[in-house]
Amino acid sequence: MTSGDPVQPPRRVDRAGLVIAALLAALAAVLVWDSRGLQSAAMYGMGPEAMPVVVASGLALLAIGNFIDALRGNLPARESSDPVPVVLILIGLALLIAIIGFGGGFILATSALFVTTSAAFGRRAILIDAIIALAMSTLIYLAFDRLLTLSLPAGPLERLL
Amino acid sequence: MDTFAALAHGMAVAVQPMNLLYALIGVFLGTAVGVLPGIGPALTVALLLPVTYKLDPGGSLIMFAGIYYGGMYGGSTTAILINTPGESASMATALEGNKMAKAGRGGPALATSAIGSFVAGTIATIGLAFLAPWLVDFAVRFGPEDYFALMCVAFVTVSATFGDSPVRGLTSLFIGLTLGLVGIDKLTGQARLAFGVPELLDGVEVTTLAVGLFAVGEALYVASRRHHTEEKLEPVRGSLWMTREDWKRSWKPWLRGTMFGFPIGALPAGGAEIPTFLSYSTEKRLTNHPEEFGKGAIEGVAGPEAANNASAAGTLVPLLTLGLPTSATAAMMLAGFQQYGLNPGPLLFAERPDLVWGLIASLFIANMMLLVLNLPLVGLWVRLLAIPQPWLYAGILVFATMGTIAAKPSVVELSMLAGFGVLGFLMRRFDFPIAPVVVGLILGPIAESQLRRALAISLGDPMTLLQSPISATLLGVALIALLAPFVLKGLGRFKANED
Repeated sequence: MTSGDPVQPPRRVDRAGLVIAALLAALAAVLVWDSRGLQSAAMYGMGPEAMPVVVASGLALLAIGNFIDALRGNLPARESSDPVPVVLILIGLALLIAIIGFGGGFILATSALFVTTSAAFGRRAILIDAIIALAMSTLIYLAFDRLLTLSLPAGPLERLL
Repeated sequence: MDTFAALAHGMAVAVQPMNLLYALIGVFLGTAVGVLPGIGPALTVALLLPVTYKLDPGGSLIMFAGIYYGGMYGGSTTAILINTPGESASMATALEGNKMAKAGRGGPALATSAIGSFVAGTIATIGLAFLAPWLVDFAVRFGPEDYFALMCVAFVTVSATFGDSPVRGLTSLFIGLTLGLVGIDKLTGQARLAFGVPELLDGVEVTTLAVGLFAVGEALYVASRRHHTEEKLEPVRGSLWMTREDWKRSWKPWLRGTMFGFPIGALPAGGAEIPTFLSYSTEKRLTNHPEEFGKGAIEGVAGPEAANNASAAGTLVPLLTLGLPTSATAAMMLAGFQQYGLNPGPLLFAERPDLVWGLIASLFIANMMLLVLNLPLVGLWVRLLAIPQPWLYAGILVFATMGTIAAKPSVVELSMLAGFGVLGFLMRRFDFPIAPVVVGLILGPIAESQLRRALAISLGDPMTLLQSPISATLLGVALIALLAPFVLKGLGRFKANED
């Protein structure tokens, strides 16, 4: 993380752009591979396999377009980016998914996400944030589950309410 | 005369006490969410979609109208007070509005944008009411091949014609089209791109995609570049009211902005950026106070803000009459209709006139409520803006995931939400536009089924696309719109070489 990177000089091969082009080409290949398993049942006109092939051709063309842009260094300048907060938020999302998946309930899951996101944005008072998060998600749970009768997943905490 | 009768009928629906209450809740929630920095109207609608799950379609659409306009008002407040436009259409507003706020004229800036939005929204909604039935008469004659051609026009204009780079815009569109292929093919019942995962058989949920791309992606992006900028909230000092002079300088830009916004918004091209910037440059040229531009000229807030609201009402014309969303917000509105199995288009006008005209009438009412609510409540909105950034984004993410958890509490769906968040982050970082992905996901499957219907009717003869005059014309327009940016770019390079 180095803030204030100099703007990339133009007309240089952009590696990220090459990766994007490769990913698009790979996506096109997946589409074609997937469409080969489909049976054309239509007597006239297009079957279900036609559209994936059309979209795949488009993706392949765009992969070439992005490849050329990357070679020419035509991508817009990017500012430096700090990976730490991004990883923290992703950990928060992973925690949320795991807690929901293992039946930990809505309140615990969203509280975990709240605390990690808040930390990602520079807060260090984790205990206070945890209390705020628990209070807020309990209120949301009560408002939506009881008042609006949306069913939110229940865990040990929700069963106490 | 028909229009008046229909509109009067719609008004009768909209002024029922329950519906008025729904509109009020919508307006209030829309403004409150829209005012949060970094949240534009599209995300406001996406986040609040789950709140309307349990309502009947009529009430929910009326609440939607309120959320839509409320989100727009909220967005301009943020643009003026902290210079972080939630969407590109508010960028022109931020240009002069934030300067006015810095100079202690935040009150009049908010006032001219609120009143301008009201004037523009009202005129444009009248335009919608009169244009829609006429377009519906025209659209009933559309065959499947014509619809397919129309969608091609929308695809091209939304992604290629008006963006910075046609290649990047089309890349976004094709990602959306790919996502649209996922799931069971409606005509033959075969699964495409599901990879044996049962949750994928139903296809990709529009709200999951939109919330992932917009909310999660935005939070990741802002977090990744937190070290760059510190947002500064300008306090609203001095009078909220506009002086005589302010009124004199505002009313013409309001009307001109409306004239730019509505027609451009109503074209199946979408985008509020063009009319807002057209309005900004026009006001800059026509003003009697050129020295104030760049330092906080009220014309530069009044015009673009009116253009923005008028084009928002304009995008409802293709949405309601043809089922064609041309902006991310319109795409979210369409998702709102689809949640009740309703498909906007000529049929909906014939079958559920109470719904459509109730919605149009509610737009008038929502606009009125906003004017009354917004200026007195501006202190409350400003306090929302002062929420510390860590809690703000933590809260946004909790709300964003809550929508998905409420709709489908499965590990697969939540992982998709996180995955779309990463996609949205990368697209922001590498400057790919996001709206075409959402439009591609929604329109892709519709375009495919129209094309397959057209080909089945013609016994597989693709010439049917060119034999219908409407379809041939539209495909021609799409082709020109696709090639124009490349040709113009080539000309530009040619000129640059000449110099």
